[in-house]
Amino acid sequence: MGKASEIAIETVNLGKRLGVAWALQQVTMRVRPGERVAVLGPNGAGKSTLLRLLATLWKPSSGEVRLFGCSEPHAIPSLRRRLGYVGHNSLLYPQLTVAENLTFYAQLYGVQRAQERVDLLCDKLGLTGWRERPVRSLSRGLEQRTSLARALLHAPDLLLLDEPFTGLDTDASMRVTELVEQVSRAGATVLLATHDFTYAERLCERVVCLRAGTVVYDGPMELPLAGSYAAWVQNDGRREAGA
Amino acid sequence: MWTLLKKDLLLEWRAREMLPALLLLGTLTLVVLSFAFDPMLPWRREAAPGAFWVALLFAAVYGFGRSFVAEQQNEVLQGLLLAPLDRGTIYLAKATSTLVYLLAADSVLMALFVVFFDVPVHQGLWPWVAATLLASVGLAALGTLFAAISMRTRAREVMLPLLLLPLVVPLFLGGVEVTERCMAGRPLGAASAWLHLMAGFDVAAVVVAWLLFEYVVED
Amino acid sequence: MEPTNRMHQPWERALAFGAAVSMVAALWAIFVYVPTDRVQGIVQRIFYFHVPLALVTFLAFGITAVASALYLWRGHSRWDRVAYASAELGVVYCTLVLVTGPIWAKPIWGTWWTWDARLTTTLILWLIYIAYLMLRNLTTDPQQGARYAAVLGIIGALDIPVINRSVYWWRTIHPAVLITREGGTGLSDPRMQLTLAVSAVAMLLLFLWLLRARVAQADLHARIEELEKALLKA
Repeated sequence: MGKASEIAIETVNLGKRLGVAWALQQVTMRVRPGERVAVLGPNGAGKSTLLRLLATLWKPSSGEVRLFGCSEPHAIPSLRRRLGYVGHNSLLYPQLTVAENLTFYAQLYGVQRAQERVDLLCDKLGLTGWRERPVRSLSRGLEQRTSLARALLHAPDLLLLDEPFTGLDTDASMRVTELVEQVSRAGATVLLATHDFTYAERLCERVVCLRAGTVVYDGPMELPLAGSYAAWVQNDGRREAGA
Repeated sequence: MWTLLKKDLLLEWRAREMLPALLLLGTLTLVVLSFAFDPMLPWRREAAPGAFWVALLFAAVYGFGRSFVAEQQNEVLQGLLLAPLDRGTIYLAKATSTLVYLLAADSVLMALFVVFFDVPVHQGLWPWVAATLLASVGLAALGTLFAAISMRTRAREVMLPLLLLPLVVPLFLGGVEVTERCMAGRPLGAASAWLHLMAGFDVAAVVVAWLLFEYVVED
Repeated sequence: MEPTNRMHQPWERALAFGAAVSMVAALWAIFVYVPTDRVQGIVQRIFYFHVPLALVTFLAFGITAVASALYLWRGHSRWDRVAYASAELGVVYCTLVLVTGPIWAKPIWGTWWTWDARLTTTLILWLIYIAYLMLRNLTTDPQQGARYAAVLGIIGALDIPVINRSVYWWRTIHPAVLITREGGTGLSDPRMQLTLAVSAVAMLLLFLWLLRARVAQADLHARIEELEKALLKA
């Protein structure tokens, strides 16, 4: 089964209930391998929920998720080896150092030549000076970068990024962007959920817009740029920041 | 799974959450119970096994509350769930590390017990050791499962004892009976049935908890 | 089937009718029909309440356990509602057992509590029930709470027989003041047996009817919540 012919992600009527409310409804989409998709939308639109469902962290309340052609991704542990997820929380042990955390995750994922890989990623993300520091002593930006390193240790085919740029200064953001581009060139599929249109625009060629849990737009990046749609997205972003 | 185990042991060494809690409450309980029973009275010797087991139980129930503390920060548990691992493996690693700490605390408690309650040390004590070992396995097995549950409930401190204590009554009874027998210097005889019961309980507990863990941990 | 708490379905009506009739029959049987026990006196009549209540208590927990397993396996929240309703009713029945037990024991055996296997197991069952209900109410996410409670339900049910056995062994090693076993005393008179049977049927039917009513109510409640949320969205 050649990878090129596999659909990376396919969701059919995906929905998720949180409590009694539906955080996500009727989401049907298809992502081909190697695509770079931005998931945009205001707060509460369901971006994080969608990413969590795709990462198999949550089970759908309705509909299905299919990853790499498998219809029950939840039940197949080895499938998760192809996923990398960066969420709001860094998923790192605060009492352990950066190096310890990364080595731990590398071992957990069965990464070959773990030490080299950890070194490489630390270097790429500018973390070398902080390797022996416990994670709790890091700033948010550094923690975020370590989290990204964690997600990339096992060279995932599918990278799910939930607001990876929050708290990053320009230098860090540049490094992250470069790294994501590099990973994408190597053939990985990238899903980027963000408020920030600038990075979405730079990194992705396709946009999925969510509002109140449903998909309101799914198409190439160019279209929103032309005309009022960009304004809608920009306005939404600005309204939250300002309001 | 060894990775997880190593990580847990490393964490505990750094943070020292569970072991002190276990030791502290166990020791305190033993001390308090020593006061509760007049050292002069002859039946103190007979009440002693009960005291040990109460101390062990309380220590376990209190200490286990700490077992998932590390995973609560930064939603690290999600990180573990993301890994290409069976949920059951996460459980086994956690339960094993919990067991290790519990056994460490056990040895200290047993030593203290011998000292406080003036227990004669002779070979006949191995059933006591066996019972403690078996009980610890069962406690760690169920305790880990319920610690994961109570992690996300309010009144966390109350929830774990409430859940765990009624369910481990067979272990407690077995432990006390066996300990009584061997402290009184009588041969084990029929009381070995208790050890079999505890062993069976342990096996069932581990299997059931291992199977049910994923339901506790997923969303 | 649209949930309703009117309970107009034919089998529900039959259940209600049956419960009512058998309850009346049982009360009559217990207070009028059955002769007074020669040894224990009038107090013995409590036995006809106590034992059926105990039977239903354990049945209720069994239902909770099975429904819990089905809930975890299948995922329909219906099963969860059944498990919860059964536990709620079960704890009431269990409390009644624990209350009628001592009331019966004191005049007969001179002590409030006997620590025999069955009563002790019932006490522990009561604790597990309480833990079950508390889990449901104290968990921040209700769906998560339902799942936790289901796990407890299953483990509890598996554990109860073990607990019973171990307490029984414990008692044989440490016999208490009395050696007689509850419920085994002199049911020679067929009228007594009949009364017991009628009472058991009555308690059972009452439980089933209450269970059905409670589950119907829970179904309705869930439906209302769903509609509310849908309306708020629109």
